[in-house]
Amino acid sequence: MLRLLRFLAPYRVRLLAAVGSLLGSGAFVLLTPQLIRWAINIGVDTRQHDRRLLVVVALLIVASALLRGFFAFWQQYLGEWIAQRVAYDLRNEIYERLQRLSFAYHDRAQVGEIMSRVTQDVESIRMYVSMGLLRLAYVLVLVFVALVLMALSNLRLALVAWGFLPVIGTVGIVAASRLRPVWLRIQQEQGRLGTVLQENLSGMRVVKAFARHDLELRKFEREARALFDDSYRSTRVMALLSPAMTGLGALAIVATVWLGAHDIAAGRLTAGDLSAFLIYLAILQMPVRTLGFMVNISARAHSSGRRIYEILDAECAVREKPGAIELREVRGHVRFENVSFGYDLLSPVLKGIEVDAPPGSVVALLGPSGSGKSTVVNLLPRFYDPTGGRITVDGVDLRDVTLRSLRETVGIVHQDVFLFMDTIRENIRYGKPDASNEEVEAAARTARIHDFIAGLPDGYDTWVGERGVTLSGGQKQRVSIARTLLRDPRILILDDSTSSVDMETEHLIQQALAELMRGRTTFVIALRLRTVRRADQILVLDRGRIVQRGTHGELLPHPGLYRQIYELELGDQSERRGAALPETAAGG
Amino acid sequence: MAFWGGGFAGGWSHQATANAQAFRRGLDGWNDDELGKLYDHRVMVRLLPYLRPYKVRAALAFLGMVGYSVTSYAQPLLIGVAIDAAVRRPPDLSRLAGVSAVLVTFAVASWAFQLVQQTMTGYLGQHVLYALRRDMFEHLQRLSLSFYDRHEIGRVMSRITSDVTAMQELLTSGLLTVFADITGLSVVVVVLLTRDLQLALLTFCVVPVLLVVVLFWQQRARAAFVRVRQAIAVVNSTINEDVSGVRVIQGLAREDQNVRRFGRINRGNLDANVDAGRLSAAILPVVELLVAVATSLVIIAGGLRVLGGTLTVGVLVAFALYIQRFFDPIRDLVLQYTQFQRAMAGGARIVEVLDTRPDVAEPARPLTPADIRGRVDFDGVTFEYVAGAPVLRQIDLHVRPGETIALVGHTGAGKTTLAALIPRFYDTTQGSVRIDGVDVRQLSRTTLARAVSVVPQDPFLFSGTVRENIAYGRAQATAAEVRAAAEAVGAAPFIERLEDGYDSVLQERGRNLSLGQRQLIAFARAVLADPRILVLDEATASVDSQTEAAVQRALGLLLAGRTSVVIAHRLSTVREADRILVLEDGRIVEEGRHADLLALGGVYARLHRTAYETGAGSHAS
Ligand SMILES: Nc1ncnc2c1ncn2[C@@H]1O[C@H](COP(=O)(O)OP(=O)(O)OP(=O)(O)O)[C@@H](O)[C@H]1O
Ligand SMILES: Nc1ncnc2c1ncn2[C@@H]1O[C@H](COP(=O)(O)OP(=O)(O)OP(=O)(O)O)[C@@H](O)[C@H]1O
Ligand SMILES: [Mg+2]
Repeated sequence: MLRLLRFLAPYRVRLLAAVGSLLGSGAFVLLTPQLIRWAINIGVDTRQHDRRLLVVVALLIVASALLRGFFAFWQQYLGEWIAQRVAYDLRNEIYERLQRLSFAYHDRAQVGEIMSRVTQDVESIRMYVSMGLLRLAYVLVLVFVALVLMALSNLRLALVAWGFLPVIGTVGIVAASRLRPVWLRIQQEQGRLGTVLQENLSGMRVVKAFARHDLELRKFEREARALFDDSYRSTRVMALLSPAMTGLGALAIVATVWLGAHDIAAGRLTAGDLSAFLIYLAILQMPVRTLGFMVNISARAHSSGRRIYEILDAECAVREKPGAIELREVRGHVRFENVSFGYDLLSPVLKGIEVDAPPGSVVALLGPSGSGKSTVVNLLPRFYDPTGGRITVDGVDLRDVTLRSLRETVGIVHQDVFLFMDTIRENIRYGKPDASNEEVEAAARTARIHDFIAGLPDGYDTWVGERGVTLSGGQKQRVSIARTLLRDPRILILDDSTSSVDMETEHLIQQALAELMRGRTTFVIALRLRTVRRADQILVLDRGRIVQRGTHGELLPHPGLYRQIYELELGDQSERRGAALPETAAGG
Repeated sequence: MAFWGGGFAGGWSHQATANAQAFRRGLDGWNDDELGKLYDHRVMVRLLPYLRPYKVRAALAFLGMVGYSVTSYAQPLLIGVAIDAAVRRPPDLSRLAGVSAVLVTFAVASWAFQLVQQTMTGYLGQHVLYALRRDMFEHLQRLSLSFYDRHEIGRVMSRITSDVTAMQELLTSGLLTVFADITGLSVVVVVLLTRDLQLALLTFCVVPVLLVVVLFWQQRARAAFVRVRQAIAVVNSTINEDVSGVRVIQGLAREDQNVRRFGRINRGNLDANVDAGRLSAAILPVVELLVAVATSLVIIAGGLRVLGGTLTVGVLVAFALYIQRFFDPIRDLVLQYTQFQRAMAGGARIVEVLDTRPDVAEPARPLTPADIRGRVDFDGVTFEYVAGAPVLRQIDLHVRPGETIALVGHTGAGKTTLAALIPRFYDTTQGSVRIDGVDVRQLSRTTLARAVSVVPQDPFLFSGTVRENIAYGRAQATAAEVRAAAEAVGAAPFIERLEDGYDSVLQERGRNLSLGQRQLIAFARAVLADPRILVLDEATASVDSQTEAAVQRALGLLLAGRTSVVIAHRLSTVREADRILVLEDGRIVEEGRHADLLALGGVYARLHRTAYETGAGSHAS
């Protein structure tokens, strides 16, 4: 909680101004009863027949209200300003943090959960700053000064009011300690509900396909029910707390009236004094009534702060070294030296990976599903860092260069496509926002998507839906290829990037790419031999190890995984071809 | 005063905000920009019934609130009486004691009333919240996929979370507060009028001024609050999308750019809020001043009359105390006014969701044939995602029970779309799709889901265990059945290698598996559901050839007796099909067995040639 103060620090001056206005408005709030008291005393005091004095008092009341209003405005406005500013800074920091946290974090994080932190938790901090923190300061000052003033005007009566204070304070503190764990749970439950909702909505196709609405509803009800239980618990605590506070306040007033009236009867007190006193108590009632509310929001902010700091404090597995150098004029010599890697410490996914890709060469990775192909290439842009060994580009360890320059050098087309809810044009130039329309079109042509786009009524300005839902699988893949090509990376990674494209289009893309790959170091992952045969080097992976390496010609004669795959695919082809197309077979 | 500025940065981001808004509105026809009316009858009629099950509690809450208002607003009056008793010479002590007793009673009563009110409101509020959420969720499950194509998940979510909360607050504490304020105000007015007509009228004379000011202020505040809402919506959907797409963003090194862009969007939100905050704060001094004017008027007039002996001090004190109480509810009502508008707008958005008719609706009297044989017919089917742009044109297709047909064609030809019509993900624009001769529009959702399973092109897995995911379509499946399904599609070896086997926990979207592995699990899920009709949409596109070959061998058994529609780009996988259909631009252009189509020398033969020329065979040369 104290760490939140860091977010207030830059606004010291405004904070001071806010506190100043707060004190000012407090002072005038407290002044008014004195004026009223004076007026009433004048009224009662029949010896003092000065009517002008009444007018003066009335004018003073108006003047004091003007000043009070002035201060109240600044207090409220500055309070809101600071609170909004803190929320703004928090959002910026969280966003930036999320953008920089490496894949390892995002693998585990859930979007719904993150969203609940960015929305609800930031909001509760904002409320706390504007209504809790500043208001609390205000209330404390008000209570303190009012108590002193009351004591000055009549000690006996003041003691009565003072007597109630510890009781009210204790009730508040007890309630706060009861509320805090409840709020933490509520926030966690909100996060979980968000996650269930997000997942349900994004997986709606599957839910529908299997008509599992019942199951989904049960999941949702379970989380909503848990949230209900704890929210209800918190409202019950609040329902006990606030009436108790108001009730105690009311009793304090009764006690004061009782004693005060007796004092008046005994001539020790004037009616004006008593009403001033009562107005003080009335003024104090407001803070006392909102005390419950403040207890509530600070309990909430407390746990929200913790949840937000969980994001801000999350360890980024991939960090830039201080004094990292820029990777410039890259030739593209990539080496993996005895690299091992595991997503968690227990199970290594890659073991002893050695790769030497000279500048301009094409390296193909082949192997069964889950053998670690994507994992290997994900190490190159440093999405993850190897747990052992090192990777170099032109002899420089990846960990010694800036992430930005590295990722500008290495372009990757991911295996599962993600498009943004934007126009096709913006999607293609997502990685190079200043690209001209010609560049965009050139990239689209290479990826063989230009003709399709040009045929759309809105062309490049057609909007694609969330994650690209309004495009077919192959169309999405090609947009994502164009997006990476546009950046013109020295080192290109194609992670099974034509799996959803028909063979003819795939062939055309490959031809275009062949042109483009000249002079670039390229890593191609493929599940079919057809796409990797022309590579300068083929690495066959199995369960995280490179089991075979060489060119197509070198690998084929040896028994092994490569040959098995080859025979499978070739056998498949020639056998059918033999049956269907005897003339071709004969020709070969 | 630098912070009054920020106009430039604001201008920037408003533009971005406006564009994004315009697009989203255009796409889904949802308008989030309206600030609601003060009272929207349609919303209330639709949502008030949520209070119906809690009539007694609602009445109690209402009673508690009225009681609380009356008892607490009567307090100054009693205090005035007490003071009058005290200043009287000689003081009327017995009366003082009586009044004090009443005061104590009132204090206790107001405590009890408030307790009842808050307990009941809390109860009501949480129940209404739960019921509303649940109903919305249930309704969302019924909406068709075309709805989800158009609507951003983040926005749907904000309706079910924040809008529902706002509406619940309105239905419970909001309405009550307004009633409480009005009751309080009436009590004060009555008391003031009966105590002293002249002073009361003096107090009231500032009210018209206040009303004019508030109305004027409302005009401005309204626009400001609309902007606040828009701005935060854009902030949230930006975060949502950029977190989901963070892998692409880092891959393209767009972080800096995005952080700057988000800074601008966030700045727009800040500016909108600060503007609104300034407006909210601006009303304070005005109300303050008017209260003071009223007080001084009363003091001058009252004071003079006390001096003249025509008014008791007690009355004057009561007035001084009441003036505060008089303006409190007014101030509160002013604040409630915007809350109300906001909540009403939220309510309107909730009703909009609840009233969205699913494009693909469950038939009124669904047919539930016990036994599906697996015949599929497309009769003159035309389909458009967007009106005027047909994706399928006049498709006639008849699949016999147990037949395996293959769909091939260029990317974007409409294969996935055609397949999506069988489980009725979408309804045809023209023509009909029938299963066993029954139009799919007459079948119940569950019957249809049991009859047809789809292995989608991009597999979606839920967070949860591997077992839960495979058994998604048949929750009661035994462990052996789950294993059998995994084995049939060749997923068993890798699952068993996972640390906890079938109980290994998958992250959101199954991210801790490789894509091929995800695809196999999605495949196993469809197989376990044991449908009569199986649609495989590129079901093994991301799977290696060895596994694919194994799957294919197993499929031979698996598909026996089932109708299946296989979509594939690798022609090797479709060759065995009983019939191959070539789709081009939404039409079936060729149809026949592998050999016939090759002989035909059309699109299929060309596709095959590409595969052959670039394929494994060409090494021989
Ligand atoms: N984010 C992750 N967290 C934990 N484990 C992972 C993660 N991503 C992949 N794995 C595991 O690491 C192994 C290698 O996965 P990888 O994605 O590299 O396979 P692949 O060879 O690319 O397979 P495919 O051909 O199916 O894409 C798999 O067993 C997978 O389950
Ligand atoms: N939800 C949608 N909304 C609007 N248009 C869509 C939607 N889904 C697909 N389309 C469009 O309909 C056409 C056919 O898409 P479909 O997904 O059926 O192609 P496909 O033959 O399966 O292609 P692929 O082989 O690439 O998967 C495409 O041009 C695509 O852009
Ligand atoms: Mg992979």
